[in-house]
Amino acid sequence: MERQDYERLRWRCIRRGLLEVDIALTRFLDDGFDQLDDEEQKAFVELADMEDYDLWHLISGQADIDDPRLAHVVNLLRKS
Amino acid sequence: MSIPVLKFDAVIVGAGGAGLRSAIQLSEAGLKTAVLSKVFPTRSHTVAAQGGVAASLGNSEEDHWTWHMYDTVKGSDWLGDQDAIEFMCKKANEVVVELEHYGMPFDRTDNGKIYQRPFGGHMSNFGEKPVRRSCAAADRTGHAMLHAMYQRNVKANTQFFVEWMALDLIRDEEGHVLGVTAMEMETGQIVIFHARATIFATGGAGRIYYSSTNAFINTGDGLGMAARAGIPLEDMEFWQFHPTGVAGAGVLITEGVRGEGGILRNSNKERFMERYAPNAKDLASRDVVSRAMATEIKEGRGCGVNKDYVLLDITHLDPATIMKRLPGIHEIGIQFAGVDCLKEPLPVVPTCHYQMGGIPTHYSGRVVMQQGGDHNAVVPGFYAGGECACASVHGANRLGTNSLLDLLVFGKSAGDSAVEDLKAGRAHRDLPKDVSDKTLARISALDNRKGGASVSETRLAMQRTMQDHAGVFRFNDMLKQGVEKILEVEKAARNLEIKDKSMAWNTARTEALEMENLIEVAKATMISAEARKESRGAHVRDDAPDTAEFPNGRNDAEWHKHTLFSPVDNSITYKPVNMQPLTVETIALKTRSY
Repeated sequence: MERQDYERLRWRCIRRGLLEVDIALTRFLDDGFDQLDDEEQKAFVELADMEDYDLWHLISGQADIDDPRLAHVVNLLRKS
Repeated sequence: MSIPVLKFDAVIVGAGGAGLRSAIQLSEAGLKTAVLSKVFPTRSHTVAAQGGVAASLGNSEEDHWTWHMYDTVKGSDWLGDQDAIEFMCKKANEVVVELEHYGMPFDRTDNGKIYQRPFGGHMSNFGEKPVRRSCAAADRTGHAMLHAMYQRNVKANTQFFVEWMALDLIRDEEGHVLGVTAMEMETGQIVIFHARATIFATGGAGRIYYSSTNAFINTGDGLGMAARAGIPLEDMEFWQFHPTGVAGAGVLITEGVRGEGGILRNSNKERFMERYAPNAKDLASRDVVSRAMATEIKEGRGCGVNKDYVLLDITHLDPATIMKRLPGIHEIGIQFAGVDCLKEPLPVVPTCHYQMGGIPTHYSGRVVMQQGGDHNAVVPGFYAGGECACASVHGANRLGTNSLLDLLVFGKSAGDSAVEDLKAGRAHRDLPKDVSDKTLARISALDNRKGGASVSETRLAMQRTMQDHAGVFRFNDMLKQGVEKILEVEKAARNLEIKDKSMAWNTARTEALEMENLIEVAKATMISAEARKESRGAHVRDDAPDTAEFPNGRNDAEWHKHTLFSPVDNSITYKPVNMQPLTVETIALKTRSY
């Protein structure tokens, strides 16, 4: 990912509406994101684009997502 | 250096509930309106508000705005201004119905009216029994509100500047406010927003505390900008805390955990609430539990390396009950404390939740400050609403569901007042020659400084100082030390260094600029808290206990007044509480008890 794209993504992860999402995404960016391949990074960007409650319900296991690409990265977020 | 100037009738800083509500008034009046936001509007922290919005609609049972007013005055521990409280409670029905017309999906009763539920502190007939006053959209009230108002603004042609950060308020020599300087994050470019009306709706600054329920975005940018422009901050010693946030993270643990049998323990594994509240124990009120936790920590019985939290133990409960009755708690423990709460206790600490003080405003939304003998002289061209403002309706403590009401009512009134002033002929005033000098100097200092302080270390030092010295329960010696410590932290905050000098998406620079705002709020809070020698509402001091002479430690003879912290010289002045409502009789001082 280009540096500028990463920094834009970073801002969109470290400043959310919900504290829970702030913490979960910041932590993942600091420790996990680098290890993703291109497809996984794309999936992460899609997840980061979601509404805070929808994303938090996925991360906290209160909801699931059908798309296997996204579900895979949600699993990584849950474990991080 | 030539800085681009964008000219608008009105510029609004912040696109949460208050900013969006203001913008509707301005745009629908045909005024050219810009809204600046660090994030996409529907990701503002208003999204976190779940409880609902208070309005005495009386859909489920009899209710009246005067009862709501009484509850709010009492909740404020009589520090709220009664003209502003009357204004808010009376306007509540109107703003809720408007929101309904904007498309807000409120919960409904069987006959199609807005469903209302009870909420703590809201009573019928002047404190007699609980009343159903809260209007909600499931558990996503704030979220639904933002969506409804954002769409309304799109329809009204409000111009959004998303991922822009306002940096400094522009004031001329006569004190008029003429707009803001701001930075586009994508390019790092600095731009002047030149406006006839400037409205701040920047939310709270809960990130001054180490443990805070506030999202990272709540960095008090509006308060920092106002302070740097010489505008005092009102009642900053009053912060609402929740007893059980996850230590180190701030994420809330619902009171339902103690309701289901959770027990608080100190480092000796002692169930310490038995000493503080022999009957209610862990189910005592929020205030009592928070104070007990703070006392245990202060007296060295906290847990962990820094002995700075206590434990919430549910390991004795049936795991099936926990998973069924407390959904999400297990996951919160794992995600934010690294603890499996079925096997180990959760680390918890009293956690900052809401800022009652802020930029002083009249109930019309106009910002006011002292000039000569006038405590409430209007700062021309400047308006504020929502958590960044202090009208003051919450006084020393806020009732649940009054925060969403505040941002609707005062967001709207700030917008209305701006429309009124602009229609009365308020024109663009000439920008001062040095309009952007201060902003550029701050940016340049950050970019060029070598050997300065680290942003993350300075922020942590501030948050630790605030948590330890001006937390939920306050001690004279700790407050005095806290003032010295926060002034030390301020020196570091004025000497920040960033390694990344790039222009585009430089989050290090943005965080440094946020830190410069946070420190203004932290300093105002510490100095105001040290100065107020009584207990009132959320400001509770160990040396101002509950006595026959001073029930709840409140001392009206000396302290029934608003604090005004002057950022110019760190001094404190006071102004009287407005006890004169607009149309009804004064709600006379009384001991606050529930």
